[in-house]
Amino acid sequence: MDFLNAIILLLNYIFVPALTYGSQLALGAIFVTLIYGILRFANFATGDMMSLGTMFAILFTWYFQSLGISLGVLPTALLAIPFAIILTIIYMLCVDKFVFKFYRVNKSPPVQLAMVSIGVMFVTQAVVRIVIGPGDRRFFDGKKFLIKASEFKEMTGLNEGLAIKSTQIITIFITLVLVSILFWFLNKTKTGKSMKAYSDNEDLALLSGIDPKRIVLITWIIAGILATIGGALYGLDKSFKPFTYFNNMLPIFAAAIVGGIGNPFGAFLGGYVIAFSEIFLTYAYKKFFMYILPESLEPDSLLQLLSTDYKFAVSFSILVIVLLYRPSGIFKGKVL
Amino acid sequence: MAFFEGNEMTGGYGNGPDIINSCSVKVERGEIVSILGPNGAGKSTAMKAMLGLINLKSGIVKINGKDITKLSPQDRVKEGISFVPQTKNVFAGMTVEENLEMGAYLREDDYKKIITEIYELFPILRKKKNQLVGELSGGQRQQVALGRALMIKPTVLMLDEPTAGVSPIVMDELFDHILKVKKTNVAILMVEQNAKQALSISDRGYVLVTGENRYAGTGSELLNDPRVRSSFLGG
Repeated sequence: MDFLNAIILLLNYIFVPALTYGSQLALGAIFVTLIYGILRFANFATGDMMSLGTMFAILFTWYFQSLGISLGVLPTALLAIPFAIILTIIYMLCVDKFVFKFYRVNKSPPVQLAMVSIGVMFVTQAVVRIVIGPGDRRFFDGKKFLIKASEFKEMTGLNEGLAIKSTQIITIFITLVLVSILFWFLNKTKTGKSMKAYSDNEDLALLSGIDPKRIVLITWIIAGILATIGGALYGLDKSFKPFTYFNNMLPIFAAAIVGGIGNPFGAFLGGYVIAFSEIFLTYAYKKFFMYILPESLEPDSLLQLLSTDYKFAVSFSILVIVLLYRPSGIFKGKVL
Repeated sequence: MAFFEGNEMTGGYGNGPDIINSCSVKVERGEIVSILGPNGAGKSTAMKAMLGLINLKSGIVKINGKDITKLSPQDRVKEGISFVPQTKNVFAGMTVEENLEMGAYLREDDYKKIITEIYELFPILRKKKNQLVGELSGGQRQQVALGRALMIKPTVLMLDEPTAGVSPIVMDELFDHILKVKKTNVAILMVEQNAKQALSISDRGYVLVTGENRYAGTGSELLNDPRVRSSFLGG
């Protein structure tokens, strides 16, 4: 019984949250890797573009709520996301047209584009703060728990409860669907393959008649979808605060690099690698050992390897270790 | 008037000095023409000018009587001109079949049939069709590069040093493939360093020196011309 309790404890506090957090990171990491692979620069505005997309989703959610529209047990935000995606894509395309395009046409070195993206980051950050403010916002509505901890205890008769939030299931489900569609698109459709080709060998892609303008357009459209959905899911699950989104850029970049930058599948798995390591290393294992060890060996301390304040240090360390030992990422192979 | 021709082409890279000076190259369908010459003679430049990769100060490029001097390389692809660069001429991270599909990017119709034709031309590619091109040998990669360029069913095929960096055996094999392509009524224009071997399969050749046409003639004429031999065929 104690053993089962210990397993449920880990599921509840490590596995389910990490899977959710990993999905959110994975979407951001695919965004980073796609921009890097096709437009060839590290986009530092990633976090803030996600925050912008989330902001649009929140504004639409409020609007729908004021109209009295809701999805019942599901959060209204799900209805708002498609509209938010459209606005985010329009914003990205404008930024591309007025900012990035100039450097792309002039064939600027990638580091220059990365610097430019930091400028875009500041502007985007400012836009978000002016429109919605820097504060913490919750925009979740609908049914909060799929399974409540108390219900789970009653059902199983165990001491430990397993609570599953509906946002966790929604996050994991939407991520899997979205990523499956994306990989199908990149690997099976002609347009998707032409994006791979453009990323692989730009000059030859041009000689094959692939239109670079179309590739750039489609890249930003996919980026807009990923940023908005990834950001909105994170905001639904936790809360929306522009600064948190800016901070999330570190684990997102770590995930993209761990997966081998330019490799979307690697970025997808990288998201989970980072999320699981962060949560594994910052979880306090005291209760877990109380279940599996005899009473005489019960630990006195919290048995927490790192305080949660250091969770970014975990992704940063993984990043450094990977760059030292496997500079091309842990998932080698096909690019894009 | 020839099927594909560059007349009196003059130009260079950017605002730099002229690399080719009133240089003329003509190719008919079903003919292999080689551009030869010492290093720095402007061989590749002449070819790039015909492809539209450099802007000409003067001169005309025509295909089938149509003036294409002002067209971009992408638009020239649509006119049926295919180009195999010397390096980075395949999508290394994609499979053989995907490379061929990308070659057919501009085709609206069903390209499956053309892929079958390419496999008949280069049987080894059928066996390796699901393998990443980056994992193939140099000779096989060159076949992929040729196959990709042939997917648009070009009327003109331009090859920039197809045998650079391949072993002598592979070179012979590659020339055999180029001869097979010639039989499909394609005009083939190539720049080559291996002058003797190139001339032995070429119908005609141009020898460029400092960006100007120096000698021209059929393959055997040039091979037997003492001036050509002494100047750069190595006696």
